[in-house]
Amino acid sequence: MRPDRVMELVRALVEPLQYGFMQRSLMTAVLVGLICAVVGSYLMVQRLALLGDAISHSVLPGLAVAFVLGINLSLGAFIAGILSTLAIAWIRTRSPLKEDAAMGIVLSAFFALGVTLITLIQKNNKIDLNHFLFGNILGVTAADVRDTVVIAGIVVLVVFALYKELLFYTFDPLGAQAVGLPVNRLNFGLMALIALTVVASLKVVGVVLVLSLLITPGATAYLLVPRLHQVMLLGAAIGIVSSISGMYLSYWFNLPSGPAIVLVTSGLFFLSLLLRPQSGLWQLKP
Amino acid sequence: MDIQPAYCSLPRPGLRLVNSQFPTLKPVSISGLSVYYQQLLALDQISAEFYPGRVTGIIGPNGAGKSTLLQAMLGLIPTASGTVRFGSQTLADQRHQVAYVPQRSQIDWLYPATVWDVVLMGRVQKTGWFRRFSAASRQQARAALERVGMAELRNRPIGQLSGGQQQRVFLARSLAQEADVFCFDEPFVGVDQKTETVLFEIFHELADAGKTVIVVNHDLGEAITNFDDLLLLNRSLIASGPRQQVLNQENLRHAYGGTVSFYAA
Repeated sequence: MRPDRVMELVRALVEPLQYGFMQRSLMTAVLVGLICAVVGSYLMVQRLALLGDAISHSVLPGLAVAFVLGINLSLGAFIAGILSTLAIAWIRTRSPLKEDAAMGIVLSAFFALGVTLITLIQKNNKIDLNHFLFGNILGVTAADVRDTVVIAGIVVLVVFALYKELLFYTFDPLGAQAVGLPVNRLNFGLMALIALTVVASLKVVGVVLVLSLLITPGATAYLLVPRLHQVMLLGAAIGIVSSISGMYLSYWFNLPSGPAIVLVTSGLFFLSLLLRPQSGLWQLKP
Repeated sequence: MDIQPAYCSLPRPGLRLVNSQFPTLKPVSISGLSVYYQQLLALDQISAEFYPGRVTGIIGPNGAGKSTLLQAMLGLIPTASGTVRFGSQTLADQRHQVAYVPQRSQIDWLYPATVWDVVLMGRVQKTGWFRRFSAASRQQARAALERVGMAELRNRPIGQLSGGQQQRVFLARSLAQEADVFCFDEPFVGVDQKTETVLFEIFHELADAGKTVIVVNHDLGEAITNFDDLLLLNRSLIASGPRQQVLNQENLRHAYGGTVSFYAA
């Protein structure tokens, strides 16, 4: 490349960083990309992708109620997310319905309640339903960044500390229960991690698209590497790369940032689906 | 099978008499165990004992509640009544001494894990929270893999194993656990002859070392002669005790209905 072309590229990359809002949103997007991939890997290996969708849609009424009560919005969202997982578990134990039906019922009920509440509230307040649905990353405040750092710290720490137990539990829940691991608490902890992660992701992509950040990076990594911790690490790298490139694309071409991030991560998934060796990269020589 | 495995012909004196070889070791005793599945009575007042030093088979027709009994004993599903004791305490309070191998079909074998990852799971409980696996634990896991003839495949993703290899990995995981009670749910389904031989060899090694080995098995073929004791089940208990006593036409007709052929040796 000619030197002036290089300078142009460097300028294009550096220019956005001089804005405070861009620094904050990039920082947030990177952290969210990281923890979504890590936590989402657990959803994927348990075939619970729909649960990620259920929890993310279910935080909406929590946001509305927290706004009315004047308490921290993230706290309200987190509580609603937890309540949704309890509601799903309750339906499952009280009926012969399978988990996916229970999730579908709870997801739509909570989401409808949330949309209704927020529509009622936004008539006389400056609160925008669209920001919750699709994210509002350019509106990230310093306090939001701080919250995200704290949540990311908690998530990474817990996954690191409980890695071997969570691996056992998610692979073979009955076997884990049989040796005396507290599987109900492990499961609840996992749900709490997912709810926390969803809450942190709201500003970046909104409730509708969180699922993409939870599932797609881990799924992409799953096509390429054979062990859970590798899926998490590669998934996190993919999540971070998607977040950064999505933000830049959004800045350069004036695209909505959440969908831009999702499009990048989806593109990477299809790329790895098409380009991986037919038998998988990890195929051992006999 | 033209070559009899060594353990078939070995005289095993002292094992004929129930629990005589390990009088100090404690049996697993279940009494009055009932389980409902939805509104349906799946297990009706089961009482039985499993002895150390014996390989006990739980047999019966499809839907007899064999796997349910195993899971209910271990507290993995809710029970309507009954107790399960291991010695003087309940078995549920001594779960660290129990190794449970679920049916292969209950596991998602496309899970991103290697043989080594799965065998190490047998050491999770002993390792304890927030700790890494010790060198001794790794050694234990390595030895278990070697015992089942899978050491060379330790880095292989579990999705690339045959059914028999998968079962042997699970067997290695249970060995690594150093438990006193071993429970296997249908370990012979879809496995090759070599794996079946390895499984029975190890079951008897465990029993000879004073362990209690409990195996759910639906097959009445030749392999049944490898069990010391049998528990014949069809929702309620039909018979239990030494194999020769349990295996007779009357008991089997009671359990299966009609005439049943079985391997009587």
